[in-house]
Amino acid sequence: MRKEFKHEPLFHISKRMDISTAQKWIIRLSAGILAVLVCSLIATIFTHNFGGFFKSMGSGTFGTAIRRWNLLEKLAILLCIALALTPAFKMRFWNIGAEGQTLIGCLVSAICMFYIRGSIANPLLLLISFVGSVGAGMLWGFIPAFFKAKWNTNETLFTLMMNYVAMYLVTFFISFAVRSGSGVLGYQPFGHLPLLQIPGLAPTGQKFLLTVILVAVLVVLMYVYLRFSKHGYEISVVGESVNTARYIGINVRKVIIRTMLLSGAICGFAGWLLVTGARFTVNKDLVGGDGFTAILVAWLAHFNPLGMLLTAFLVVFLKQGASQLVTDFKIGKDYFGDVITGIFFFFIIGCEFFINYRINFKKRTVKAAASSDTENPSEGADEPSAEAPTLPEAEAASEEAVAANREVE
Amino acid sequence: MKKLITIIMALALVAAVAIGMVACNKDGDAEIKQLNMNGVKTDLTVGTENAGSPIAISAIKVGLITLHDENSTYDKNFIDAFKAATAELGIPSSNVIIKSGVDETDACYETAVDLVDQGCNLIFADSFGHESFMLQAAQEFPNVQFCHATGTKAHTAGVQNYHNAFASIYEGRYLAGVAAGMKLNEMIQAGTITANQALMGYVGAWPYAEVKSGYTSFYLGAKSVCPTVKMQVKFTNSWYDEAAESETASYLISNGCKLISQHADSYGAPSACEQAGVPNVSYNGSTEASCPNTFIVSSRINWAPYYTYAINCVVAGKKIAADWCGTIATGSVELTAFGATATAAGTAQKVEEVMAKLQATDSTKINVFDASTFTVGGKTLEEYVADVDDMGDFVPETNVIIDGVFYESIGRSAPYFDINIDGITLL
Repeated sequence: MRKEFKHEPLFHISKRMDISTAQKWIIRLSAGILAVLVCSLIATIFTHNFGGFFKSMGSGTFGTAIRRWNLLEKLAILLCIALALTPAFKMRFWNIGAEGQTLIGCLVSAICMFYIRGSIANPLLLLISFVGSVGAGMLWGFIPAFFKAKWNTNETLFTLMMNYVAMYLVTFFISFAVRSGSGVLGYQPFGHLPLLQIPGLAPTGQKFLLTVILVAVLVVLMYVYLRFSKHGYEISVVGESVNTARYIGINVRKVIIRTMLLSGAICGFAGWLLVTGARFTVNKDLVGGDGFTAILVAWLAHFNPLGMLLTAFLVVFLKQGASQLVTDFKIGKDYFGDVITGIFFFFIIGCEFFINYRINFKKRTVKAAASSDTENPSEGADEPSAEAPTLPEAEAASEEAVAANREVE
Repeated sequence: MKKLITIIMALALVAAVAIGMVACNKDGDAEIKQLNMNGVKTDLTVGTENAGSPIAISAIKVGLITLHDENSTYDKNFIDAFKAATAELGIPSSNVIIKSGVDETDACYETAVDLVDQGCNLIFADSFGHESFMLQAAQEFPNVQFCHATGTKAHTAGVQNYHNAFASIYEGRYLAGVAAGMKLNEMIQAGTITANQALMGYVGAWPYAEVKSGYTSFYLGAKSVCPTVKMQVKFTNSWYDEAAESETASYLISNGCKLISQHADSYGAPSACEQAGVPNVSYNGSTEASCPNTFIVSSRINWAPYYTYAINCVVAGKKIAADWCGTIATGSVELTAFGATATAAGTAQKVEEVMAKLQATDSTKINVFDASTFTVGGKTLEEYVADVDDMGDFVPETNVIIDGVFYESIGRSAPYFDINIDGITLL
């Protein structure tokens, strides 16, 4: 018995099975606070102003009405893409092509705005660009899903490559349409989403308001779809086990294609919102990595549409705040903003490890007992006997639990 | 599955209808306008037309939006001038905001709005592609002045607080071309090359008027002293791509080019020349420090006079000219000092002599784009219709050749010379 303890490492890791919701949130919250502290300390090295970090982060996001609306719009778009990814990821279809599915939606919207211009009424133009964008997004989702369902191709690589196809199509469109040769498609004056007026808050009309409302509705719809609809259930079953799905008579191919059509459609919708509601142009970097960031947003929220509100807010808040920090303290390029965001997510993602696993440090009592063994046998006699069998037992138990868990998965 | 295919087909149909709408475009009208010889302001005096209330120099807040940061020679040229002009005028540094690395996308609009939000009265942008987004912001914030360098739309847009500016840099490039021609002559006289081997290479960014006007004036400058010179041009399709510029320069050298110049913003081309030992005529500023053996001269636009003028206008509450074009006389078009090693003997005197002729008002006056000095398809041009009024349709409408002279930067400040002339080969 005692020999085993000689080789016991400083600490070992075991799977947590019994963590409560409260404990989870305590871990997440402390990770957040720790991240803020580390970020502010690093910022202080550059700015020599500890309070300035908090002031810039706050004012960059909430400082003025324009910044608050920017925050809402960016939040809405990111959330919309994250919502689009959710059904696919729940189904364990690793769709990392949201960037391209959104961009192709952007492209079709911009093509409609560029060529149709003012030749037809604005609502009609919006309708055409809507149908076109959503359709293009669906097509971009359908192609990899079809190949996956039919020939079981690798969806990760396929969707990733579709991103590049979309990017090059945008580049091709611009070089084809913009005959000045400057490679820049400028601001398009037609086909904008209408401004909404709210008495008191935005009396002259707010261009981002409609976007925000539409995405808010989508959050609720997606929540209901995944939670209460038959489709939502089928997605969960296919995600958990394809064989189970087959056994209970779910047409897996159909579910894969249908879900990817939905995923692509919402991405296309996000692209439509982005171009007709905020940007009024297109370029190959228009989506700006949101298609990838959305994966993080969705995953951190465990694919809960309501939870994504929080994680998406966190991402946008960090980006906007960090960019203000860079401007306020003239730190130079935007790299510093990325550093802040990086540190933050290191902590936030890292804390999930502590939620899922427990770190067991080598018990000091055991060591003390081992060393005191020869000197004072009477004192250590009952302690090791009580402690010794429990550790290996617990380890074995947790290993069993992990194995069991794997089987469930 | 059938349902899906039906849906997809329906969507394809809608897309086809949308594209079909493209086909119904209007046919261009054939009326040709005469060039407005007073379309552009070319001096630094503040006008008399009121535009808003005066602002104290200590209270004015100014912003600059640049495409890249100071690692780009082009943007460095703007940033240095902006810092110098605002410091000279005594604007407190806390009221001078520079936003660099702003892409030619809606990011430019967003940055402009952010600068307005921070209280700027006057906002500058430095890259051609920023234009439509600056115009968008100008329309939204009529009480803030927006000045865009190298743009084409202000003189027709009718937006009172939106302005364009450029400089007659084709004159600077012509002078730099003279220096290049002198170097080729020196090589011919020394017997290193024959007169027929006098081939120059040019690394261009994008194939549009600003670049074409630039390399053509450079070529004509060289041709004015070395009549047998020919030139090859290759584009990188990027304003700043160090690897591509370096590669393109090396490629041109391997093609037999004996001298290289560029209109792209990194150190790629000059460094490649230094490595290969091929003389280089630079742009935006001297590259002699990093290329001591091959640097001949560089032309540049000095933006400080324009910044000073525009800020003075806003301080006095007067209107900034819709379109402004700096000249050699306003100090906007400059040549740097000549390279100590590579420059041919007698270049300085020759360039000075040509500069005097460019500025002359009597019979010795020479014009850079004198139609008698170049041919197109073997013929001398008597008329050329250019797209001076940029309505977004890419339809040329103004005749810019009057009495045998192509008048560049007269109808608007930004260049519109986009002719492919004989002697220049586009690769």
